[in-house]
Amino acid sequence: MTAASGGAAPAARLRARMAACKAEGRPALVAYLTFGDPTPAISVDVIEAAVKAGADVIELGVPFSDPSADGPVIQQAMQRALAAGGSLPGALAAVAELRRRGVDAPVVLFGYYNPPFVYGVERFAADAAAAGVDAVLTVDLPVDEIDELRGPLRARGLDVVPLLAPTSTPARVAKVRAIEPPFVYYISLTGVTGAAFDAARLAGARVDEIRAGTGAPVAVGFGIKTPADAAAVGKLADGVIVGSALVARIAAGEPAGAPARVGELVAALRAAL
Amino acid sequence: MSGFEIAGAEPAPGGRFGAGGEFGGQYVAETLMPAIAELEAAWRVARVDPAFLAEYHALLTDYVGRPSRLTLAGRLSAEVGARVYLKREDLNHTGAHKINNCIGQALLARRMGKRRLIAETGAGQHGVATATVAALFGMPCDVYMGAEDVARQALNVFRMRLLGARVIPVESGSRTLKDAMNEAMRDWVTNVGDTFYLIGSVAGPHPYPWMVRELQSVIGREVGPQLEAAEGRGPDALIACVGGGSNAAGLFAPFVADPRVRLFGVEAAGDGVGTGRHAATLSAGRIGVLHGSKSYVLTHERGDEVGQIAEAHSISAGLDYPGVGPEHAAWKADGRVTYVARTDADALAALQRLARAEGILCALETAHAVAALDEVVATVGQGSIVVIGLSGRGDKDMHSVAKALGVAL
Repeated sequence: MTAASGGAAPAARLRARMAACKAEGRPALVAYLTFGDPTPAISVDVIEAAVKAGADVIELGVPFSDPSADGPVIQQAMQRALAAGGSLPGALAAVAELRRRGVDAPVVLFGYYNPPFVYGVERFAADAAAAGVDAVLTVDLPVDEIDELRGPLRARGLDVVPLLAPTSTPARVAKVRAIEPPFVYYISLTGVTGAAFDAARLAGARVDEIRAGTGAPVAVGFGIKTPADAAAVGKLADGVIVGSALVARIAAGEPAGAPARVGELVAALRAAL
Repeated sequence: MSGFEIAGAEPAPGGRFGAGGEFGGQYVAETLMPAIAELEAAWRVARVDPAFLAEYHALLTDYVGRPSRLTLAGRLSAEVGARVYLKREDLNHTGAHKINNCIGQALLARRMGKRRLIAETGAGQHGVATATVAALFGMPCDVYMGAEDVARQALNVFRMRLLGARVIPVESGSRTLKDAMNEAMRDWVTNVGDTFYLIGSVAGPHPYPWMVRELQSVIGREVGPQLEAAEGRGPDALIACVGGGSNAAGLFAPFVADPRVRLFGVEAAGDGVGTGRHAATLSAGRIGVLHGSKSYVLTHERGDEVGQIAEAHSISAGLDYPGVGPEHAAWKADGRVTYVARTDADALAALQRLARAEGILCALETAHAVAALDEVVATVGQGSIVVIGLSGRGDKDMHSVAKALGVAL
């Protein structure tokens, strides 16, 4: 299952994984999980379970007090995580722990800009690289502002993953091309995370346009909840991102059972791709 | 007919303030980037369009009741040994400076073909002003308000509802202004096609800090001629309270280029800056990124909480915000404006002092500015001309004030 392991540089690992999925003729399954939900220790087990069940790439949410682009499910996950001691330093330590356990899936840290900015972007880049992070996606750092974080990350071999939206203009798509991303996160709808997904409204032509415009694989997210949703998106896109549906599984029972519940849905999603 | 040409400098491209362009910017989700580009383009046209300016100024005159008066505070002047004037935004329709901005943005929304207005509010003054212009223009309006503020500002909630707006209590986070702003941004990102987000302060992503400062600069532009008529010269010092900072920016902006005028911004020190329970972002915060711009924020700096936004505390709901407009950050950085902080107790005392000396019950926000008067006079000298931005009236705060003074109503 691991296409790139051993001594590959982090950025190479993520790009290689996207390429390996393409070579297998299927989209990559990208699983979003919030670090610290339901507790820091259990969330590491949840991520490991997701990878073992077939997630190709992990988007690891860094809990933030003011998640202004997230819907209720991930807001609540972040509040649970913060209450349980979830943090940016904790997320970095969690990635290091996953690497110690031999979990080799690429990890994209997913969050808002204030925590790494206050932590110090140089220090953040160094610590993320040392922990085994592959890339960083920052919701409130659009391509116009991204250089202040991208510079330090690239200097240490880490990538940034940009977002594009239904509202993004051709000029903005071209700006994304210039940063040579490992993949693009295409937001399937104008809304917050966890909104209702309507597969019929996702135009394959739009995904093709973004793939051609950016020269990068396109992973589609926001609102994809079921294996059927994933299969529909997977026909059009190079990657399928599932977040709120997995996060909802964590809250749907005893904390100790969270890894099994998440693993079960990941396996079903993967089987549909 | 006056445009915005003497309302201060335009920010650098991308909405950057300060010598190195360190503050401001557009730190928002990708989905909103085209919307703020569209907004900036529309504002650039409107702000120099005689038809837009004519309509804006006609409404300020006939609906808001501008120009607002500049009142000589005679007894207060005698007490402190200066010529103290009050710029009476409390006399505006809806009782505060917030309406100046709302009129302008609602006109812009209509020009842009947006059907619906949304807003965040803390004390409720901006929510009331937004609900008011929504009624005036016949637009549906949703106002997001922290559940904590809904409880402590029941009167303004009722006013908004009477005006036809929907008030949506926000239960997330600290249930105050910052959380209301998060929720308004979520609404905007979801309904970006037909919805105009009417931000109430000089905060948020570019172009808001610039646009709101220009729309509020009518405050400062009136002061020059009014003082010229009364005193035959301009002011020595201006004082205004700073939460997000819109009334201060509006008062200061036309004077920023005039080195003869000293400028003082007064933040909320809550229980005291040293207690950690305050909203003195510029005085005790650090640079961070919140709600679309880089500026000073109250944020945890180390340990596991690094980068999490800290909760602000102030008796005044309108100042109870952990951020501040990026242009204020630039004015702090270059030393143009002196920022000080006053506690809840200072504000309560100043509110009573102004009431008894001048017969004016000001808002708790405004009372922070009044509380800095003695220090300002000590700094600029006896006999100076000092203008206080009297940003709002105190009716909305009577329950809070009574509670703080231990009086049961």
